[in-house]
Amino acid sequence: MSAPLTSLDRPNSYIGRSVPRPNAKRLLAGRGRYVSDLKLPRMLHAGFLRSPHAHAKIVSIDTEQARALDGVHLVATGTDLARICTPWTGTLDHFKGMTSAPQLPLPVDRVVWAGQAVVAVVAESRAIAEDALELIEIAYEDLPVVVDIDSAREAGGPVINPGSANNTCFRSQLDNGTVDAAFAHATHVVEEEFTFGRHTAVTLEPRAIVADYDPAAGMLTVHHATQTPYQFQDLYSRHYGIPEARVRVIATDIGGSFGMKLHVYHEDMAVVGLSILLGRPVKYVADRIESFVSDIHARDHRVRARMALDAKGEILAMDVLDLTAVGAFSTYPRTSVVEGNQVIRLMGAPYRFKNYRASLEVIFQNKVQTSQYRAVGHPIACAVTERLVDMAASKLGLDPFAIRAQNVIADDAYPQTSATGYRFEALSHQACLKRLHEIMDYDGLRAEQADLRQRGVYRGIGIATFVEITNPSPAFYGVGGARISSQDGAILSLTPSGEVRCMISVTEQGQGTEAIISQIVADQLGLAPEHVKVITGDTEVTPHGGATWACRGAGIGGETALQATRGLKRNILEIAALILQEQPSALDIVDGEVVDAGTRKPRLPIAEIARIAYFRSDTLPPGTQAQLTVSHHFAPQGYPFAFTNGIQGCSLEVDVETGFIRVLKHFIVEDCGRVINPMLVDEQLRGGIVQGLGAALFEECRYSETGQLMNGSLADYLVPMPMEMPDIVIAHVETPTADTELGAKGVGEAGTAAASACVLNAVNDALAPFGATINSIPITPAKVLKALKRF
Amino acid sequence: MSGFDGTLLDESDATVRVRFVVNGRKVACEVAPRETLVDCLRNALELTGTHAGCEMGACGACLVQLDGRAVHSCLMFAVQADGATIDTIEGLTESGVIADLQAEFHRRNALQCGFCTPGMLVNAHELLSQVAQPSREEIRDALSGNYCRCTGYEAIVDAIDAVAKARSEGGGAT
Repeated sequence: MSAPLTSLDRPNSYIGRSVPRPNAKRLLAGRGRYVSDLKLPRMLHAGFLRSPHAHAKIVSIDTEQARALDGVHLVATGTDLARICTPWTGTLDHFKGMTSAPQLPLPVDRVVWAGQAVVAVVAESRAIAEDALELIEIAYEDLPVVVDIDSAREAGGPVINPGSANNTCFRSQLDNGTVDAAFAHATHVVEEEFTFGRHTAVTLEPRAIVADYDPAAGMLTVHHATQTPYQFQDLYSRHYGIPEARVRVIATDIGGSFGMKLHVYHEDMAVVGLSILLGRPVKYVADRIESFVSDIHARDHRVRARMALDAKGEILAMDVLDLTAVGAFSTYPRTSVVEGNQVIRLMGAPYRFKNYRASLEVIFQNKVQTSQYRAVGHPIACAVTERLVDMAASKLGLDPFAIRAQNVIADDAYPQTSATGYRFEALSHQACLKRLHEIMDYDGLRAEQADLRQRGVYRGIGIATFVEITNPSPAFYGVGGARISSQDGAILSLTPSGEVRCMISVTEQGQGTEAIISQIVADQLGLAPEHVKVITGDTEVTPHGGATWACRGAGIGGETALQATRGLKRNILEIAALILQEQPSALDIVDGEVVDAGTRKPRLPIAEIARIAYFRSDTLPPGTQAQLTVSHHFAPQGYPFAFTNGIQGCSLEVDVETGFIRVLKHFIVEDCGRVINPMLVDEQLRGGIVQGLGAALFEECRYSETGQLMNGSLADYLVPMPMEMPDIVIAHVETPTADTELGAKGVGEAGTAAASACVLNAVNDALAPFGATINSIPITPAKVLKALKRF
Repeated sequence: MSGFDGTLLDESDATVRVRFVVNGRKVACEVAPRETLVDCLRNALELTGTHAGCEMGACGACLVQLDGRAVHSCLMFAVQADGATIDTIEGLTESGVIADLQAEFHRRNALQCGFCTPGMLVNAHELLSQVAQPSREEIRDALSGNYCRCTGYEAIVDAIDAVAKARSEGGGAT
């Protein structure tokens, strides 16, 4: 009864089609409903006084004048909120030996980064709240500041968390095969130390929250611009002691997230507490400067890595040390060690070698926390691996394509286990390499490069293969004790007028979740997508589920919708069969009509079935109970992750006089399994690549020696803007996962995963005639000139 | 109002009456001198389609048309706009002047989260009213003050390019 997923010729075939997003029209008309737009009756506004010190003892806080200001309703300190909110600790059980200090909404005795919120004011307007903040006096006593990786690791140096022996958050090691022997017998060894600067998400809408506690009902409603409403429902319930069923989290339109808005922020927890203390709605929207100092940052790694190869260029082994500094706490509830963990496990992932050793050391420092942001760990693992491969190629006199073709796991050799222990179901590196070579016109680009070099123009060509982690199972967070679901749920109803309502736990951040779910439901049921209404992002309405993060919306949410729809279709056809005196198997649904399965001759509109079932059940055979609502949950089984793969290419030009880099064109061949909506997949790739290009060339949170963020504004922190970004050429290979009927994997991280690696290789390629090399991201003009010994 | 103590009111409570023509209608509001135009539009007038992204004129999310030209409503106090004619995304949508841009943005999915989109449309509208057939480079250059974290910009450039061509060919909206 269920038609194959691939044929675009059959009726109501929407999986695989570029369908525009129905919900985008509202946004184009300025009718988005973002949390920052929300205004509730009796709503008050919160502002936060932040620490000017990176590390200091709070000696005293004087709030008297602030409390006296007209329009101020509440001034709350860490002590006030600690009375009603239990502390949290950002560790997970499966990261053995991990430590992190307990956290509260606002600190009680010590500040640990510059910009940490210390006192909250709630007032009738944000402006009055900010006026009041200026009237608060806090006496601090400076403590020694730990800002860089080396000073944080210094034996006998200052320790950030009292009672700890050192500033280590977590250590991990991998040792597979015979690494020492491989290096001892290698013909070639390439080695480099890489640095990756801190950067941050810079969503255009800053973090926004409206908490609304109703003491009469004992009910907390939180309008929260987040990806993960269920996670926050659980956390607000547990930390404020409100039964889960009386906590409702609503995540409506959100102005970008990219992983940044799924972490617990101190201000957000505080706003919930402030609303509980006041019994009124309290709103907080971070301003841009607050975003820079309080949103999670990402990356900040220093990696020393070496690769052993035989005389022919076969990779034999890798040996890696990753040091990463994560701020003063590990982020809750997903921790700040996942990135490092993924860095050491994604190293060398495209390649066949079996000998691998890695050490990871995660270190505390007096800066804002780092945690999961788009493509967690991928860009680092990819840049390190791919740069070493290019270094090896140049040592061996091999072309970058040739050395990769020689070393990638063959497309017909799956399933495979990587040297780091990841299990791959099926990847397509060979096909992707071949396709990239074609779409880049690689030989043409090389000829042009050689020609231009004669004229003093230095172009670089870089490529980078990658593997992406998608569709995470409970192995990701659940096994570590975090109440973060890896399953999703959907409730699907045939409405009385014959339309379909789908309430599903995956959420929308503009990537098109609602569009692809409506495509899947329409495709599987047999009606036009405009007759499917998808509802997301409200814990009171949609069933509990993981929501959207780490590339799971299409793969897991999509499969949930597919299975739920098949259930609803069975139920509809059962009733249809009773009415039409047929076997259910003899019937199908096309364009909202029940038809003969063989001839597709229309028999009865599904609207008529709905009418009879809802309003004239008396005309159905006795004992019939029509089930036109189904609820269904789906948890991924089989492989712990559905890995995807791809390859990117970049052509750029380096101005050797100024150090400026102009990206001319970027290319990607990507394999995310079944493509549900090609246009939306391409948009994920383009957006992801541009975030990766930002990281490669511009973005860095720069700190002073005293731990002050020096460039925390959109005038000083450089983000990629339209005039400096290239057009991007995209091609696909499709290797569906066999773990689901849908076969879809994730695609959200793929662009970001390899873009910076590609640029790093291309810049080094451009600088090759000068014998100059770059091993640090972002690749700023100053670094280029320094490499050229011109600065 | 017996018992009212006038000294309780200080300077921060003082407001100024300003009048604008917003989206074709005359409006008056009481604003504090320090209130920016974007806050006035979003809060007092409930025109939440105009967004505040950086509050320093760097991101373009707050662009509105003021006396026919695109301006950053975050860089202007509401009192400075007294007497001006202002068109926001809501008004530009209702009047239909950007309908072809909106349709093309939709068709090509030239937006994801949509937070930058009103500013992008205001700026695209401005560009196409100044230059009938801009090159891709000119489009990218014109958008150089509009930050989008989601799309990678290419679809936005494509959409504006397509509308520019359609307007010069057909002389009207699609």
